[in-house]
Amino acid sequence: MKKILFFVSLLASTMAFANTELQLDKAPVKLSDQASLQRGAKYFVNYCLSCHSAQAMRYNRLQDIGLTEQQIKDNLIFTGAKVGDTMTSSMSKKDAMVAFGAAPPDLSVISRSRGADYLYTYLRSFYRDDTRPTGWNNTVFDKVGMPHVLYELQGEQVLEVEKHGQHEVKKLVLAKPGKMSPAEFNGMVGDLVNYLAFMGEPMKATRMKLGVIVLLFLGGFFFVAYALKKEFWKDIH
Amino acid sequence: MNSLTNLLGWVDARFPLTKLWKEHLSEYYAPKNFNFWYFFGSLALLVLVIQIVSGIFLTMNYKPDAAYAFYSVEYIMRDVDWGWLIRYVHSTGASMFFVVVYLHMFRGLMYGSYRKPRELIWIFGMFIYLALMAEAFMGYLLPWGQMSYWGAQVIVNLFSAVPFVGPDLSVWIRGDYVISDATLNRFFAFHVVAVPLVLLGLVVAHIIALHEVGSNNPDGVEIKKHKDPVTHIPLDGIPFHPYYTVKDIVGVVVFLMVFSAIVFFAPDLGGYFIEDNNFIPADPLKTPPHIAPVWYFTPFYAVLRAVPPMFGSQFPGVIAMGVAVMIIFFLPWLDRGPVKSIRYRGPIYKAALTLFVISFLGLGYLGMQPVTPLFTLLSQVFTTIYLAFFILMPWYTKIDKCKPEPERVTG
Repeated sequence: MKKILFFVSLLASTMAFANTELQLDKAPVKLSDQASLQRGAKYFVNYCLSCHSAQAMRYNRLQDIGLTEQQIKDNLIFTGAKVGDTMTSSMSKKDAMVAFGAAPPDLSVISRSRGADYLYTYLRSFYRDDTRPTGWNNTVFDKVGMPHVLYELQGEQVLEVEKHGQHEVKKLVLAKPGKMSPAEFNGMVGDLVNYLAFMGEPMKATRMKLGVIVLLFLGGFFFVAYALKKEFWKDIH
Repeated sequence: MNSLTNLLGWVDARFPLTKLWKEHLSEYYAPKNFNFWYFFGSLALLVLVIQIVSGIFLTMNYKPDAAYAFYSVEYIMRDVDWGWLIRYVHSTGASMFFVVVYLHMFRGLMYGSYRKPRELIWIFGMFIYLALMAEAFMGYLLPWGQMSYWGAQVIVNLFSAVPFVGPDLSVWIRGDYVISDATLNRFFAFHVVAVPLVLLGLVVAHIIALHEVGSNNPDGVEIKKHKDPVTHIPLDGIPFHPYYTVKDIVGVVVFLMVFSAIVFFAPDLGGYFIEDNNFIPADPLKTPPHIAPVWYFTPFYAVLRAVPPMFGSQFPGVIAMGVAVMIIFFLPWLDRGPVKSIRYRGPIYKAALTLFVISFLGLGYLGMQPVTPLFTLLSQVFTTIYLAFFILMPWYTKIDKCKPEPERVTG
């Protein structure tokens, strides 16, 4: 028993070490907030879709977040695509390879592979780094190929390294303010990530709603099944 | 009603319908003392049906082509009516199949269900387990995500560790030098046609063998030893139908509640049932920093990594992994205990089984983690216990101080 406890404590201590990775900020994902999702969709088609695509996502699926087909056509389609088409980037893969050195990943399910918290932190963690070809680097994704697309809004951050004896503390500091205040910018990125989370699994709200009904049915059926079993088994001793 | 009876008579004169119904349900006498652990056999059958039915519907829209596979799955999730439900049922079913089968096998370990005269049931069951592993492994490649791709790459590469023929063997399996479109197509063929056929045949054999000798029970005593002198029905037996059919319905409902809770509220189960990295399309040029198989394979993956390479070859690890699976086949002949059930076993077997379960779960955890010196050491300790459980079994089960078995089943 002592040996087992020893191993368990060893396991526990190594698990604690594994958690000393980069701290991610909690993304304000709220799939029921349609206004936020609509703003996010607007930011997405304006800022992301020029280089990235979302080839699993059809424009008319945006009806799920409270938009009409006409609204989608008038406000969100810039590429001449039809409303039933999927969201493809206007930039070709070849051009992107030349411009960034790597093709920008498709964003259809990026919220599922990376997680919303990662995206929320990543999009707010660009800083000036003149050693990089784009002039930008990122504390979450070191040497990232993507430039800071939202820098006009956020402004320019720089990385400050404070030395506290042995260990260093890295901190992002806003050197040049952008068009938005930090609070406004956080809200904007929050909306965008909320939209990305929606796009990763548009049927999520439906499945949760259906799940409640299914579980309620099964819960009721359990009593019927249990009563049936009791009745049949009365004579077994 | 009379015409129905006539129809049944017409069929029975040509096909043993009533005979089959009686032999396998209404006059198949099962021990009356089945407990919680006896739900998982019928549940495994249920999951098999769920997988076949959901699989058929997935096949209608899935494209086994490296260029389309990944997005055809997303197409199913978004554009096919109820496609998301079919897909999540199938992905959840894959993991739940292993949950149910592992519990079913553990039941066998506890109550000695593999002992004489049930050796063949155990052997067929082990073949089902092997077929299930092949089915799950090949099915996992089909969504064509990064984990699909690199998981398959790692596992198929194990074959290249076989001395002399290894490299040729792995190329023969893949149909290419790396996992590619050719591999995807053949895995698809195996996953939807070949392995399910084998699986169904084995399940039938498993059940026929079971119904020939009769079910074991938590007391591990034979109910056929005490039969009614007139009717020849075992005194402790009750007809499977209706008693166990109505009981199993309760089990099915509870199981479906767990199953639905996962499907509807956490289909990826925090990355255990659908790994996060599998939402990135397969990229042969980008190796993920950490490749972990799905949870049901991790105990054996940990065994593989626990054995250090010898003479520059991974082969010893591959052998160890193979042994860890195949040794389970021999259980009926390794166990020399005078009693079958854990209820009457002595302290040594109880301790051995506890250690075995801890090792199996421990290996399962370690197989998901990146390699560290401590984890490797732990994997080696657990692997040793795992193998010792089987290898030392003929001795420790013999000297164990068992309690006397009852004549008839208890409660």
